[in-house]
Amino acid sequence: MRLLSRKATCNTHGQDSSYFLGWEEYEKNPYDKVKNPNGIIQMGLAENQLSFDLLESWLAKNPDVSGFKRDGKSIFRELALFQDYHGLPLFKKALVDFMAEIRGNKVTFDPNHMVLTAGATSANETLMFCVAEEGDAFLLPTPYYPGFDRDLKWRTGVEIVPIQCTSSNNFRITESALEQAYQDARKRNLRVKGVLVTNPSNPLGTTLSRNEFDLLVDFIKDKETMHLISDEIYSGTVFSSPSFVSVMEILKEMTPNDAAKIWNRVHVVYSLSKDLGLPGFRVGAIYSENDAVVAAATKMSSFGLVSSQTQYLLAAMLSDNKFTKKYISENQKRLRRRQRMLVTGLQKAGIKCLKSNAGLFCWVDMRHLLCSNTFEAEMELWKKIVYQVGLNISPGSSCHCSEPGWFRVCFANMSQDTLNVAMKRVKNFVTDSTGAECGSSSACFTKSFSNWVFRLSSRDHRAPEER
Amino acid sequence: MGHQRLLSKIATNDKHGENSPYFDGWKAYDRNPFHPTKNPQGVIQMGLAENQLCFDLIEEWIRNNSKASICTPEGVHLFRDIANFQDYHGLPQFRKGVANFMSKARGGRVKYDPERILMSGGATGANELIMFCLADPADAFMVPTPYYPAFVRDLGWRTGVQLIPVHCDSSNNFKITREALEEAYREAKQNNINVKGLIITNPSNPLGTTLDKETLKSLVRFINEKNIHLVCDEIYAATAFTTPRFVSISEVMLEMECKKELIHIIYSLSKDMGLPGFRVGIVYSYNDDVVSCGRKMSSFGLVSSQTQHFLASLLSDEDFIDRYLEISKRRLAKRHSFFTKGLETVNIACLPSNSGLFCWMNLRRLLKEKTFEGEMKLWRVIINEVKLNVSPGSSFNCSEPGWFRVCFANMDDETVEVALKRIRAFVGRETNNGKRVELKRWKSINTNKLRLSFNSRRFDENVMSPHSPMPHSPLVRAT
Repeated sequence: MRLLSRKATCNTHGQDSSYFLGWEEYEKNPYDKVKNPNGIIQMGLAENQLSFDLLESWLAKNPDVSGFKRDGKSIFRELALFQDYHGLPLFKKALVDFMAEIRGNKVTFDPNHMVLTAGATSANETLMFCVAEEGDAFLLPTPYYPGFDRDLKWRTGVEIVPIQCTSSNNFRITESALEQAYQDARKRNLRVKGVLVTNPSNPLGTTLSRNEFDLLVDFIKDKETMHLISDEIYSGTVFSSPSFVSVMEILKEMTPNDAAKIWNRVHVVYSLSKDLGLPGFRVGAIYSENDAVVAAATKMSSFGLVSSQTQYLLAAMLSDNKFTKKYISENQKRLRRRQRMLVTGLQKAGIKCLKSNAGLFCWVDMRHLLCSNTFEAEMELWKKIVYQVGLNISPGSSCHCSEPGWFRVCFANMSQDTLNVAMKRVKNFVTDSTGAECGSSSACFTKSFSNWVFRLSSRDHRAPEER
Repeated sequence: MGHQRLLSKIATNDKHGENSPYFDGWKAYDRNPFHPTKNPQGVIQMGLAENQLCFDLIEEWIRNNSKASICTPEGVHLFRDIANFQDYHGLPQFRKGVANFMSKARGGRVKYDPERILMSGGATGANELIMFCLADPADAFMVPTPYYPAFVRDLGWRTGVQLIPVHCDSSNNFKITREALEEAYREAKQNNINVKGLIITNPSNPLGTTLDKETLKSLVRFINEKNIHLVCDEIYAATAFTTPRFVSISEVMLEMECKKELIHIIYSLSKDMGLPGFRVGIVYSYNDDVVSCGRKMSSFGLVSSQTQHFLASLLSDEDFIDRYLEISKRRLAKRHSFFTKGLETVNIACLPSNSGLFCWMNLRRLLKEKTFEGEMKLWRVIINEVKLNVSPGSSFNCSEPGWFRVCFANMDDETVEVALKRIRAFVGRETNNGKRVELKRWKSINTNKLRLSFNSRRFDENVMSPHSPMPHSPLVRAT
């Protein structure tokens, strides 16, 4: 008899992928301006480190919160005891207001339709447990966040079938790709339970167009058991036009007849990990108008509630409307500036990025640097970038991209200085390696590549959680 | 169109256990909660295994250690690093603190390796996580009765694991016998059920007793022979307040041949430190593969880094922890003694217990019929007439009717007195039908002088916040 469960011994958690494996190299040799100037610069981490000072200054002005106090009186024991899976009402109210504000107050959210979870990781898994099971599949446009393989599939038994998007139309979802994915799933004997999109997109950094929304709505409208899940965790990182359109806005704009068909099959996932840069606090949320989903998800949230201490801190912070307004706008400004820096820096090296208006990263086109139009060549290039250039970036294959040569490069998790250093390195690499080694070492590369993959997949990886 | 096909089976079945009739007790409390001055006739919450006895110690510590918070001027320099920290390994100092605390709660007789400590969303998350690691859907875990009702949800709801009860009864004070284990195992096998392990709660909820070394050893021998896992839920470890002392499975492992890779511990700070709101669940496994896989799974329920940081500081204060454990033990012992002696005056016996936040009360002689229907009838009377929310034994899957779990650590002294008064009055009515009852005199309290003044300390409205479907915390009222 097998000692552990099948889930414990399979690889569906996806952590053997190169996306997570690049960490090891970084951890072994991390860049430090002074102590290790030749180390690897971390550009694979979609963290928002640009606006902590705003949070810190808020804390300095609000000392009560820090000492478990409200109006000077200790509420420690109430917080210590508070484990109600409905969540702290004050926090939920503040959170829905924050979400509405990010959407320009074009939509409002009802706190009673919100379920708090331990991060978006937990929110996505919980939603899967509610709407799907083994034998079911969700369609996801590629490229997509590598962690979805773990979050949506691992313990739920649900499958992901890709909607293949390509650079030919800037990776937009097309009707034919959607149909093709649906057929692919059917061929595999899977029941398609819906579509999950990340909007703004990780790794693309773009927001969904209205045209794509129309396609998605049309697709699920008459398929009565299909859901549309919109992971909007990057909604606050939209820094330039086109402005962000939430799926909730789309619902609101629909005719009552059309809306009636799908309102209870559309769900939103949110988190404070990207917009506020607080991934450590594990704050995720599911929003749905479907009462049964909310009821089931609420019970399931018992497996990953948000610490009451954290709910209380953030309730206070997000209730401060002056603060949130200033934060949202300043944060976006800084992201825009930083993205510009990256795009320009890469441009100087003859490298283009997909035009983006959101996110903490750019989707970078390095196809012209590939030795061949293959994923092996992409891996070869990636290794060069990690070891020779000293940048940990994420290869497109780890995001299930259908075309080799694309890389996700993060820009918001480092200082401006460090970004400059990274850009210099890229420039040097490109100028040095024009016309350089391709193909000659492919034989020995293939061998060392497979050794490397084998080695990496058998280790326990010290991989920090991220997107 | 029904929800059946739109949602999953898991989302629409009953295995979350919340449709059970026992929530009527909660509802009665929520509709009419006791308050010493505003609602002295309300229902007293005695169904909530919370530890509210030592908050003052932690509050004092907080006042003296402002750097433990990342929000204070003294601690904010760490804010960004902590806020950013989502590594599923957890903060090293947090793990070290937990390992140290676990060791101290076991008198230093065992040491724990911080590298084996995995985080999860409370013990609720921990119990589910270990099942996901050890068992496949339709596999089974054996669990001695009576057991914590939410095990059905935690161990089986989303995992698909089934529970096989191992029956224990009062004939031997609910000890787990080899015979009971063998019988449960045999029956499972006969029904083609694949048994993956045994899960025990030690100290026991709802019994409030600890397992003796001999029993523990026999359990280890059993799982070794059958080559199945042993999961030990030790979340009440530091609530052991009197002899016999608590013996952890880790101690037993030091004294006998065993397959380490089969043994796993579930822990939490919700009971020992009274911090259920902070969601600190721990899985400690002696199996390397489980540690590795479990660590990845912990992504679904990491402890907030803000909380990890705070607790790392608190738990590394050795003097404070030593003092805390000692005082907590003393206060629990005192409360337990006061409560059980109070019950004895009307000849209500509890299972002799040395731990936990509750008593296992024997009300068999008050049953009109010695059946579970009789138990439910008595329970409704207790809720509606005596106005105490207690938990009937059947909700713990007890094999004998008439037992009730009564919590005593989630209220202040005065409320305990009120509860006892009501119980005594009720039992008096039930057992004597008008005959005069001689009340035993006892030293501390005279019912005529029951104090109901609360000027000495601030009494918040509803200090108790039940973990019920209907929230009733002041933090809810605040909005």
